[in-house]
Amino acid sequence: MKTVYLDNNATTKTAPEVVEAMLPYFTEKYGNASSMHTFGGAVGHDVEAARKSVAALLGAAHADEIIFTSCGSESDNTALFSAVRSYPGKRHIVTTRVEHPAVLNTCKYLQSQGYGVTYLPVDGNGMISLQDLEAAVTAHTALVSVMMANNETGVVFPVEEAARIAKSRGALFHTDAVQTAGKLPIDLKNSRIDMLSISGHKLHAPKGIGALYVRRGTRFVPFLIGGHQEHSRRAGTENVPYIIGLGKACELARAHMSETGRIAALRDRLEHGITAAVPNVRVNGGGSPRLPTTLNISFEFIEGEAILLHLSDLGIAASSGSACTSGSLEPSHVLRAMGVPFTFAHGSIRFSLSVYNTGSDIDFVLAELPPVIMKLRAMSPFWHEAQGKACRAGAESL
Amino acid sequence: MWDYTDKVIDHFKNPRNVGSIDKPDGVGQVGNIICGDALKLFIKVDSATSRITDAKFQTFGCGSAIASSSALTEMIKGKTLAEAAAVTNQQIADFLGGLPKEKMHCSVMGMEALEAAIKSYKEGGAPVVNELEEEGRVVCKCFGVTEEKILRAAKDNHLRTVEEITNFTKAGGACGACRADIQAVLDRHYNAASAVQEKAPFARLTMVQKIHRVEEALARDVIPGLNADGGSVELVDIEGSVIRVRLLGMCSGCANAGFTIENFVEKKLREQLDPAISVESV
Ligand code: FES
Repeated sequence: MKTVYLDNNATTKTAPEVVEAMLPYFTEKYGNASSMHTFGGAVGHDVEAARKSVAALLGAAHADEIIFTSCGSESDNTALFSAVRSYPGKRHIVTTRVEHPAVLNTCKYLQSQGYGVTYLPVDGNGMISLQDLEAAVTAHTALVSVMMANNETGVVFPVEEAARIAKSRGALFHTDAVQTAGKLPIDLKNSRIDMLSISGHKLHAPKGIGALYVRRGTRFVPFLIGGHQEHSRRAGTENVPYIIGLGKACELARAHMSETGRIAALRDRLEHGITAAVPNVRVNGGGSPRLPTTLNISFEFIEGEAILLHLSDLGIAASSGSACTSGSLEPSHVLRAMGVPFTFAHGSIRFSLSVYNTGSDIDFVLAELPPVIMKLRAMSPFWHEAQGKACRAGAESL
Repeated sequence: MWDYTDKVIDHFKNPRNVGSIDKPDGVGQVGNIICGDALKLFIKVDSATSRITDAKFQTFGCGSAIASSSALTEMIKGKTLAEAAAVTNQQIADFLGGLPKEKMHCSVMGMEALEAAIKSYKEGGAPVVNELEEEGRVVCKCFGVTEEKILRAAKDNHLRTVEEITNFTKAGGACGACRADIQAVLDRHYNAASAVQEKAPFARLTMVQKIHRVEEALARDVIPGLNADGGSVELVDIEGSVIRVRLLGMCSGCANAGFTIENFVEKKLREQLDPAISVESV
């Protein structure tokens, strides 16, 4: 069966070119990048080339501003802990209610350690307000952490403005760019951002590799303590094959940046196709600037897991902000923060695209999805209630 | 991805008895859109035989909620009301070859809808909303779960932890503010239950129960103490409230054997089981 993979915000396929670039580092090029001999030294060179490639994708001025980590979560944790440890006198953090758990739960942990955390709300379109941010940042704020784009809705936040506000009060600024890197241009050398997290497996590198950008001159305290790797900023023997993979993926992502328009057009076709064919739907974050790859759409009166199970049967992979898929019993914290009504929140589906998607993928979903929605609505008591009300209202207006 | 059985997937993909009944004899409703699942059950009852001749459902929910509803209608069709009333949530889950533990609340929803539908029939057919959700003290505000519902789930399914209560009723599964309260409800229930057990006079227990209790008390409260002195004790016989034991190891030849029996073994068993007990050594 053909798989139509539209869950790229969850993880992406490792690009074949990336796999190919990595393979020699499992076999003949097994040297330790930190060794003194030429055998290891050659590998060390390749690691530096990969670092340059990551720096280039992010528009960083210097390759040594890139620290390789094991994943996006490690990058986020490192940034947050480094900021509060670097400024022990400041015991306040500002973030948003819709961050990834890697930031949100780290903030909750810091709260339990006595730090104050302000969680900025979002409006119905999933957007933060810079006025709220202005009001929240004080001289006691160690760090402002605002994601570059939300993983569930794709809503893109005004991080440059946010960074300006943070810097004007003497706070560090971190952004989780895990969903953005490779999808939107990033130009750190002309930016006020101090720290930025990315994750390999969201941009066609494998799982198990990430990076943290730390601007030169930023106070930094390592998260993982041990040897002198990464200029003593992240201990642990370099994960060479994966670092090479991430370097290659960033190179490909730069080359693929020109495809953004094509992907955005596919997403828009998917969005318009569904909203035209299916009544009672709502595009979450639709009123805000969004990543070109992401569509979060809610189907009223039905539940997300049931939709996903049917789609999965048809070979379509997507994900849901519904409670039942995660086992958390509650719908997504992002949709709730946006005030998406419960009649919609449980029935939300996220489609997320990559360069590997084609027009025929979209056609397939547009053909197969509406009957699934109809089938589930036909068995939903709330759908019938709503239809009954609509009928009565219609009859009365006659 | 949940590990659903083939039977769950089958009933999800091909649900039996979806829809509504024109002029139903009973309609039961449970759950709501805020909680993420809801079930409306329609039944037709032959009044002469009290048999459920037809059952249909409408469900809002995940795969296992739809499968549980479908299973429920298959199970109750053709049953008398009395037989249907005896259907438990565990039987619904068993019918489907089991449910993931986090999804047991789907089977509970089925059982509750059935109860409400039967009540609706008895009251003349007007729809009945499950009353466990409507009355009593609300413990979990996020999901509107009452103390009664928690107690019932605990009793019916032998649940002992807050996590299990969450799996079966959802209570505690959102903000978590009610978890201490759920624990308190469980503590009250189990303390009361064990208090009742203690009060039952030893002499009135069955032989099997007696042996079980004595063995348990010996293992927990007596043997460890004797072990410390290199001895032990075994149960030989029980007659009425007279318990015959044999001292083992160091204790068996000990000059203080009589003292040990009276002041240690008997004392402990009286404390634990019933003051009317006496212990003899053989
Ligand atoms: S009150 Fe029970 S989970 Fe929130």
